[in-house]
Amino acid sequence: MLHIVNKSPLTNTALENCLNVAASGEVLLIEDAVYAATAGNAFEVKLREAMGRLKVYVLQPDLEARGMGDRLIAGVTAVDYGGFVNLTISNNTCQSWL
Amino acid sequence: MSDIKKFMFVNRKAPYGTIYALESLEVVLITAAFDQDVSLVFLDDGVYQLKKGQQTKGIETKNFSPTYRALEDYDVEKLYVEKEALEARGLSEDDLLVPVTVLSRAEMGALMDQQDIVLSF
Repeated sequence: MLHIVNKSPLTNTALENCLNVAASGEVLLIEDAVYAATAGNAFEVKLREAMGRLKVYVLQPDLEARGMGDRLIAGVTAVDYGGFVNLTISNNTCQSWL
Repeated sequence: MSDIKKFMFVNRKAPYGTIYALESLEVVLITAAFDQDVSLVFLDDGVYQLKKGQQTKGIETKNFSPTYRALEDYDVEKLYVEKEALEARGLSEDDLLVPVTVLSRAEMGALMDQQDIVLSF
């Protein structure tokens, strides 16, 4: 299934709560959640742990808007809006961690 | 001007995800027009507001980050950034759009205590 998170990992627990529950599947980071996939942030270790069992994506336009286009952690896949749509189609279910 | 007050704007939110960062900037510019003693502080995710290289074309939202560079034209020159917040986000002073003073959390607290008016964003 697909998990979607849109909150910053350092001021909100949504991503952590998501990773605590999500057993397998895919995670898409959008809006302020993209900061979780930037090099050197304090949540990086936890995200890397989760990448062992979950495939992690980030929405590229949100990364670029925040000036973080060149900071993406290796192993995270950037997608555009079309890629976002494809993820919602290729997964049977989708949970937004609002 | 007999009663210039010390105004502090406390910015704690990342840009674009919420409207707080832009709204703060609007109020800062208004306050500056009244010749007050204005300080901007950036704590927690607020430090992301000053990140260089923001390109918002893809999200079809106004890129307001160049406005931080215009603040000095309005005599808003006191910008303070939390050291620990930068470090937790893998950022350094070189990653920021404008010259700032980097302060520890303890120094931030002391600076806050010196203000007449504190506005929270």
